[in-house]
Amino acid sequence: MSLLLEFKEAVLIAWAALRANKLRSALTTLGIVIGIVTVTLMGSAIAGLNTAFKKSISGIGADVLYVQRFGWFMGEAEWRASRNRRPLTLQHGRDIERLSEFAQAVSVESNGQGTVEFERRKAKGVWIAGNNEQSLEVRGLALTAGRWLSGSDVQSGRAVCVIGAYLAERFFPFGGAIGSKVKINEVPYEVVGILEKQGSFFDGSNMDNQIVIPITRFTDNFTRWPDLVLAVKVRDPAQIDDAKEEVNGIMRKVRRLAPDQDNDFAINQQDALVAFFNRVGGTIALVGLFITSLSLFVGGIGIMNIMFVSVAERTKEIGIRKAIGAKRRTILVQFLVEAATITLLAGLVGLMIAWPLTLVINEFLAATMPWWLVGVALVVSVMTGIVSGFIPAWRAARMDPVDALRAE
Amino acid sequence: MSLIRIRNLTRHYVMGVETVHALRGVSLDISKGEYIAIMGPSGSGKSTLMNLLGCLDTPNSGSYELNGTNVADMDDNALAEVRNREIGFVFQSFNLLARSDSLHNVELPLIYAGVPYEDRRERARQALANVGLAERMHHKPNELSGGQRQRVAVARALVNDPSIVLADEPTGNLDSRTGEEILSLFEQLSRRGNTIIVVTHEEDVAQHARRIIRIRDGLIAADEVNPNPRAARLVGAAERVPAPA
Repeated sequence: MSLLLEFKEAVLIAWAALRANKLRSALTTLGIVIGIVTVTLMGSAIAGLNTAFKKSISGIGADVLYVQRFGWFMGEAEWRASRNRRPLTLQHGRDIERLSEFAQAVSVESNGQGTVEFERRKAKGVWIAGNNEQSLEVRGLALTAGRWLSGSDVQSGRAVCVIGAYLAERFFPFGGAIGSKVKINEVPYEVVGILEKQGSFFDGSNMDNQIVIPITRFTDNFTRWPDLVLAVKVRDPAQIDDAKEEVNGIMRKVRRLAPDQDNDFAINQQDALVAFFNRVGGTIALVGLFITSLSLFVGGIGIMNIMFVSVAERTKEIGIRKAIGAKRRTILVQFLVEAATITLLAGLVGLMIAWPLTLVINEFLAATMPWWLVGVALVVSVMTGIVSGFIPAWRAARMDPVDALRAE
Repeated sequence: MSLIRIRNLTRHYVMGVETVHALRGVSLDISKGEYIAIMGPSGSGKSTLMNLLGCLDTPNSGSYELNGTNVADMDDNALAEVRNREIGFVFQSFNLLARSDSLHNVELPLIYAGVPYEDRRERARQALANVGLAERMHHKPNELSGGQRQRVAVARALVNDPSIVLADEPTGNLDSRTGEEILSLFEQLSRRGNTIIVVTHEEDVAQHARRIIRIRDGLIAADEVNPNPRAARLVGAAERVPAPA
């Protein structure tokens, strides 16, 4: 007996049964629809977060070492122990540049916030970045117009700036940015370049709302104790571990640490961020999916319930089919297919609801519904049907034909 | 060689603390082409015998050889296959699938037998035509009269060309005229060489058979040849049931 033939017959029976009980089928599917909607939305939120994170992390660069006063992920005890570390200086950056074999470029950076003005336009809370002449390369930025900070700009602390795409759009909607003077915290700077559009970081901050000035100028004008970051771009990403070793040695040397002293600086890497994100993101995803799948579970119980009813009220039919030659497997397949058909329909409806919702959510928070998620949702729907339909179907399959025929 | 060879068949049911002995040791031989009536009052064990003959149930002891194979010890799935291949059922209450049309109802045994679509459609059509329902293939059971429903059931019973047709009170739910119609159909089938076993408690119906087996208290009380089987009296129904092709 061919299984395919039985399967086709089962699909026809399932379809007929669903059509015969339209309202009941609709109500039963509702539970699964809700379950699939929540699970899918959770999935799209996680997928969206992942995509957004990967996009923004690429700006950090896998081949860059960040020498900083503090590590990116420190516990409370570590914080307390490292509170009094000496700051990093511009000189440290020059030292690495001079002594390192592996370094291709060294960017000395610091960040702050300020108010930017041009004529009557004003923008508050702009990201002010102090950079040096090598930062363009290290940060992986590109210009759409003008030039980057030159070595002499940085050396002499000249009042020049490179503006982000968002600022350029806001202040100079009709062009003419290069050569104009904008005021940063009341001090005039000449615009020498415009950055290419970058989009937003995964936390939602707009990376195009930034303005870059020479680091020397930054340390003079903005803060007396700037928290400098020395970003070292490694020539060959494969040698990043060796480079880290080397930079570590250079820093220890120039900061004159005795061999028994601990580092009073930290070397951070994208790796650490990715690992951290994966750990945190993984936990969030797990907990989120667990909670949302509870609603799917409840839906599954509904299916099981209705399948018991369906089996009970079709006892006679089962008897007839068995008398005519249906095997246990035939009956089992029939009811499993029926349950799976219900849940598959529910899954499709759920996706039709979840898809526009994802688009809405994406307006506020990164969310995407990739194709694999659609596939997973449908597979999960079918599996729910098969799992929750199994016990009722098994009961039907094991029915005694004589008893089943006697039923009314 | 006998088509059916039964030796010392027993079947009892445990109901609470009581054991009901439905069959107490029945032996029986049935040859190919016989037209048999099994008679007995309710509670005599004739339904149990029918269930065993139809491979719907298995005996507690004894042997049952159908077409040379012992089916007494077969498991569920093997029995399902035997039912599909060897036995065509006709029930008192027709037992058609309510949601399917005549054609699909008749097709069903062939689906379980794994017969491919074109072939089984053709065979189901032929079987329906043979019982005079060529015009009713796409009617559902509730669109057919009782007699027509029973004829669909007969077509379904015959479509897989079984060794025996097993009918359980086939006229019980029909008025006497349509009942005669079905019995006339059985006579035709019998003439064509089909083996027919009718289980009934109506003397009238039994008299159509050529051999009558009477069951009482779980045993065979009588097993006699019916010297003058009654022919079905067809009142205006003859033209509705065409002669078999």
